[in-house]
Amino acid sequence: MGASSPFYTAEHADFREQVRRFVAREITPHIERWETDGELPRALHRLAADAGLLQIGFPADCGGVDGADLFYEIVLTGELARAGSGGLIASLMSHGIATPPVAALGSAEQKKRFAEPVLAGDKIAALAITEPGGGSDVANLKTRAVRDGEHYVVDGSKTFITSGMRADLLTVAVRTGGDGLGGISLLVIEGDTPGLSRTPLQKMGWCCSDTATLYFDGCRVPVANRIGPENQGFVAIMRNFNHERIMLAAQAWAFAEVCYDESLAYARQRETFGRPLIQRQVIRHKLVDMRMQIDAVKAQLDLLAWRVMQGDVPIAELCLLKNLATSTLEAVASEAMQVLGGAGYLRGSAVERIYRETKVLTIGGGSREIMKDLAARQLGY
Amino acid sequence: MKALVSVKRVVDYNVRVQVKSDGSGVVTDGVKHSMNPFDEIAMEEAVRLKEKGKVTEIVAVTIGGAKNEETLRTALAFGADRAIHVKEEGEVQPLTAAKALAAVLKKEDAKLFICGKQAIDDDANQTGQMVAALLDIAQATFASKVEIEGDKAKVTREVDAGLETIEVDLPAVVTTDLRLNEPRYLKLPDIMKAKKKPIDATSFGDLGVTPGAGFKVTKTTPPPTRSKGVMVKTVDELVSALKGKGLL
Ligand SMILES: Cc1cc2nc3c(=O)[nH]c(=O)nc-3n(C[C@H](O)[C@H](O)[C@H](O)COP(=O)(O)OP(=O)(O)OC[C@H]3O[C@@H](n4cnc5c(N)ncnc54)[C@H](O)[C@@H]3O)c2cc1C
Repeated sequence: MGASSPFYTAEHADFREQVRRFVAREITPHIERWETDGELPRALHRLAADAGLLQIGFPADCGGVDGADLFYEIVLTGELARAGSGGLIASLMSHGIATPPVAALGSAEQKKRFAEPVLAGDKIAALAITEPGGGSDVANLKTRAVRDGEHYVVDGSKTFITSGMRADLLTVAVRTGGDGLGGISLLVIEGDTPGLSRTPLQKMGWCCSDTATLYFDGCRVPVANRIGPENQGFVAIMRNFNHERIMLAAQAWAFAEVCYDESLAYARQRETFGRPLIQRQVIRHKLVDMRMQIDAVKAQLDLLAWRVMQGDVPIAELCLLKNLATSTLEAVASEAMQVLGGAGYLRGSAVERIYRETKVLTIGGGSREIMKDLAARQLGY
Repeated sequence: MKALVSVKRVVDYNVRVQVKSDGSGVVTDGVKHSMNPFDEIAMEEAVRLKEKGKVTEIVAVTIGGAKNEETLRTALAFGADRAIHVKEEGEVQPLTAAKALAAVLKKEDAKLFICGKQAIDDDANQTGQMVAALLDIAQATFASKVEIEGDKAKVTREVDAGLETIEVDLPAVVTTDLRLNEPRYLKLPDIMKAKKKPIDATSFGDLGVTPGAGFKVTKTTPPPTRSKGVMVKTVDELVSALKGKGLL
């Protein structure tokens, strides 16, 4: 590993080995049940925290680990994907999109209350931006927070919220000011706040991830729960999106790897007309095409991760990386399914689940169309 | 009290081992290696004893080539305070390993030597016992529970008939069985800290050990492939099939 990439060290390899074991022991044996249950057990968050996984990507001053660069996050994603469930990553790691604003902008007190218990696996965090009225047009979100003394009174609703049914701490984008992007703030709303209600959503994939619509009906939220300055939430949200997008690209890459491995193993072992599939040119070419596309995604992913670590903010490239990675996953999952034939179509096969879960990655965290639009604008067209 | 733990680099337990075509051994080039699982249990036990205040220093030792440094890093990430690398690129048989480990144990003056009951490569299950014999100290093999009380160790052993608890005087050799503990997941801060801990190099020469070939491997063969099974439809058919094979 060390010699094959300038970005990964022996420590990354050691960390990978530990995550691989964790997944094999604590996740893979149970994932089918959690998919049926429609949510992950809380105990899993604690286990993952005890194994030091939830802390990756966060500094020590909020309960994380200093020195864990983005490549550790990529390694972690790559190994969590081995369980073949996108919902697992989305939900177990929902703090990965909910908690960064606290880590970046929160006061010491806020880090202690809103980040530490999450990174210790004691509380579950979710990010609530999207509204029933629309997800792409973040600048025009409608959920209102009106100041009343030392509280905000919050009214409105959010939808498609990952870990939304279980979350104890919701990072919610609200309108505290006038129209447009200059009137948005971030509040952490606690799960037991009176006036908050939730309903579960059934989905095509990500089944072990509890996704919810949230209703805020006169919720009183202390002003002390506001993350960062009032009406300046939009920048924080966009910054958060940049990180989310690189991690969504990492997920797409990781699941493409799983599809490739599964179909390669199957092609080696499956015999048709007296010969293993792997000996057929048509199948071999499918597999090398998959390999080629995955390698391209990984190269760009690592390079952009490195640039981000240098302090660069390559917004257009990140948007295009997300699109490249997710369309590669769509292509690879489809071809993998083809190689597996009927076996790939059966419930319980990792490729079947990944195939069903390709679309959520082209929609969530900024849809393909929005990514293109943003990239075009960033590139000055 | 100082504890010495030996750790061996072996082909990873998940790898499907291939026999070399010339029968001279198994393929190890380009194959994933990791710490012998029984040695992980040994490391875990040493760390637990340190956490309980029974052990104050843990020294990990390995014998092998340059790549064994990875195995020592794993041991250091587990919680070893420092490590010793007995550098040897050639084949090491159990008696040679035992002589080298005994020499290190003596030099370090450790009161407890913990190692795996066997390594999953050759499954020899000899080294721990030989170390004890060479130094004429007590041994408690196949441990499933270890308690340190003063200058004695109370060890529960897995024996054919069940469990046996014995008490041995320290210094002693303890070899670990599968059920002794479940090794922890190594956390990133510990993995990063391991990089900064010292590894001392030594050699058979330094330790006064002459590697000897006690035995010679003449041929390695893969296990016979299982032939296809037969499906029977009824119990009667099963019984007569078993009778036909002289098994009933
Ligand atoms: C399983 C799942 C989990 C999710 N988890 C979360 C979460 O945890 N937190 C959260 O806040 N959100 C979450 N989301 C929401 C997600 O971010 C949104 O679905 C996404 O931003 C798109 O918003 P929308 O669904 O409202 O689509 P819309 O914004 O209504 O868009 C519909 C379609 O129109 C296209 N479109 C929109 N505007 C334009 C335009 N100007 N030009 C051209 N095309 C356009 C879009 O690309 C899309 O194809 C989740 C979604 C899913 C499916």
